[in-house]
Amino acid sequence: METQTIKNTDKATKTTEYISGSEAIVRCLIEEGVKILYGYPGGAIMPVYDELYKYQDKIHHVLTRHEQGATHSAQGYARISGEVGVAMATSGPGATNLITGIADAQIDSTPMVCITGQVFSHLLGSDAFQETDIVGISTPVTKWNCQVTKAEDIPEAIAKAFYIARSGRPGPVLIDITKDAQIEKFDFSYEKCTKVRSYVPIPKTVEGSLEAAAKLINEAKKPLVVWGQGVILGKAEEAFKAVIEKAGIPAAWTILGASAIPTKHPLNVGMVGMHGNYAPNVLTNECDVLIAIGMRFDDRVTGKLDEYATQAKVIHFEIDPAEVNKNVKADVAVLGDAKATLEAVLPLINSNSHSEWHQKFKDLYAIEYEKVIKDDLHPTKEGLTMGEVLKEINIQSKGNAAIVSDVGQHQMIACRYAEFNKTKSNITSGGLGTMGFGLPAAIGAKMAAPEREVVSISGDGGYQMTIQELGTIFQQKAAVKVVVLNNDFLGMVRQWQQLFFEKRYASTEMINPNFVAIAEGYYIKARKVTKREDLAEAVKEMMESKEAYFLEVCVEKEGNVFPMIPTGASVSDVRLE
Amino acid sequence: MSTEKQLFTISVYTENNIGLLNRISAIFQRRHINIESLNISPSEIEGVAKFTIVVNMIEENVKKIIGQIEKQVEVIKAYYHDLDEIIYQISGLFKIKSELLFEERQIQNIIKESNARIVTVNKEFFVLEKSGKKEEIIELYNELSPFGIMQYTRSGLIAISKDEMKISTLLETYNN
Ligand SMILES: Cc1ncc(C[n+]2csc(CCOP(=O)(O)OP(=O)(O)O)c2C)c(N)n1
Repeated sequence: METQTIKNTDKATKTTEYISGSEAIVRCLIEEGVKILYGYPGGAIMPVYDELYKYQDKIHHVLTRHEQGATHSAQGYARISGEVGVAMATSGPGATNLITGIADAQIDSTPMVCITGQVFSHLLGSDAFQETDIVGISTPVTKWNCQVTKAEDIPEAIAKAFYIARSGRPGPVLIDITKDAQIEKFDFSYEKCTKVRSYVPIPKTVEGSLEAAAKLINEAKKPLVVWGQGVILGKAEEAFKAVIEKAGIPAAWTILGASAIPTKHPLNVGMVGMHGNYAPNVLTNECDVLIAIGMRFDDRVTGKLDEYATQAKVIHFEIDPAEVNKNVKADVAVLGDAKATLEAVLPLINSNSHSEWHQKFKDLYAIEYEKVIKDDLHPTKEGLTMGEVLKEINIQSKGNAAIVSDVGQHQMIACRYAEFNKTKSNITSGGLGTMGFGLPAAIGAKMAAPEREVVSISGDGGYQMTIQELGTIFQQKAAVKVVVLNNDFLGMVRQWQQLFFEKRYASTEMINPNFVAIAEGYYIKARKVTKREDLAEAVKEMMESKEAYFLEVCVEKEGNVFPMIPTGASVSDVRLE
Repeated sequence: MSTEKQLFTISVYTENNIGLLNRISAIFQRRHINIESLNISPSEIEGVAKFTIVVNMIEENVKKIIGQIEKQVEVIKAYYHDLDEIIYQISGLFKIKSELLFEERQIQNIIKESNARIVTVNKEFFVLEKSGKKEEIIELYNELSPFGIMQYTRSGLIAISKDEMKISTLLETYNN
């Protein structure tokens, strides 16, 4: 294991130009179609910034206020556009500040390329100023990473990085480039990577598995689909809709699967998991065939594993073979790209309606509505609820906004109640649950899709983890709508303290600053709402604003999110109060 | 499938790149699995490295680990075998005072009977090498230790599978 080789990629010869490594980096990004990147400069990456200055008509660098903001913005960009998000940082502290966003992108399968500067190669391993082993640090949270110490290796490394980040099950990639490699000149040519020898992005569909899946589906009396982000990442929304419509199967979503089909689609029976809807959680333990599509049976979805859908035959449509049988044993595994496999299974399945089975979902929804939803969306008692804020946003946006949420109670409420007409509209940190994700991710989303309304929804806790990105909003004139649902608590933790720690509210109460003044300090239009009668008008004003807008809504302090499956409980033990 | 822990060897064919050892060992570390032995060397194919990893696990978890290993971009293929399905060897080295070789007849018998090989002899010490199963090497260690062993070390397990591991054919399909 002595020599670094980044061979085994397809490469053809092309005319060359004699340029520096740093210019090559910028040229490679342009070749990959990168128009916007997020980052923060520093000593070890300065040559690249100098080149970005030169190429600013081709590529727009966004100076975030923290490197974590750069990765989250790149993630937001990637999630709404389906393209690779790009983030850049200097060595040492710049590089380590990227890690949270990289880890988040890894667990949520978000395509991202991060470029970090590194000290001169002759200083590697000497504890030089701002040297850190970022390749070592990022290894467990990247799909692939590498260090480049020679300018001539840059094009191949970057080509490979983009290919790996976006192909198969997407993920984050990091390339660490020493300063000498940035300065050194070499003969530059660029060829996109289309293959890496040892890497199989899309596994072959096992022969007979489609037929076996179709047979189970056709024989099912009580089938249930649970779909995840794989449907969106695989651009399989249409094929997916066609399959569930033909077979008449009720379909429920994981938090990252939300928005793949419209919220109001008649077969959409809601969210599964810890704070998901009552019917799909309970009926998971009653269905006879469970069809999992592009989802990975996260423990937040399954609850207690050995009591999860034990009665059901399980079909798993999945691109990543390592996910099959990892948590839940599949009776039939349909490996492959979701679009291709769903299109292939469509002609093999019979038309069906399962109307009796659907009625069960409706009956349980009625119970959830009475016990939970009614009070969330149409509260009668004093104190604004998070749910009614979401309802108001739905009304004003007509379900066309992209909702970017942070992490906590407001996230669960946003995912439960936001209405989506379009795919790729629910941007949230699912697998890592990263507070501070929302605001910077919304910036990236708005810059990738300026024509879309992008509303970020945060709690008072998470908002303050990346609040400095208001500076990025202001400088970039990103017309993000920022909503903070302020309950003066780290609400989700407080809820657990209330339910499981006898109301010992240890370090969850927050004394908050004047949020409106802070937003105004960044020259962002701002408003605070404390009364129900002002809410609709304020949300309307926000949505009609052409510029960025900050809205603080003071909600009830001790509101809780229900339904809830306590950790370690079975999905059918979902609590409504 | 047995739910008892047992020894498995995992063979991983990879591109010969920096950092892969870190990536692969992290998969075990993260799951709190102790690696019993690890050997990395070139394989029969140029530019392709072979990891031989011995772990004590239940088979179901070995399968999951294989999935995670194969998921790494630069891993070509990973296999697992129980010890009956492979031909394996471990090598032990023993450094012993030279005078014992001439003064203790029993040592000469031990060397002969154990099929150990003298690698080098000089005035101060001689070095014995013994390849075989771990038990055989431990047995030799136990026999020699009453006489005094100056240094002792044992290699990781290296293995060849009885079944074919069709790496070359696999690489051909990759190349097409
Ligand atoms: C970076 C990070 N630190 C800690 C947590 C643990 N955590 C999960 S939810 C939560 C509270 C969030 O509070 P707030 O942002 O005010 O939102 P709310 O729940 O009140 O809507 C905390 C601390 C986390 N998810 N992420």
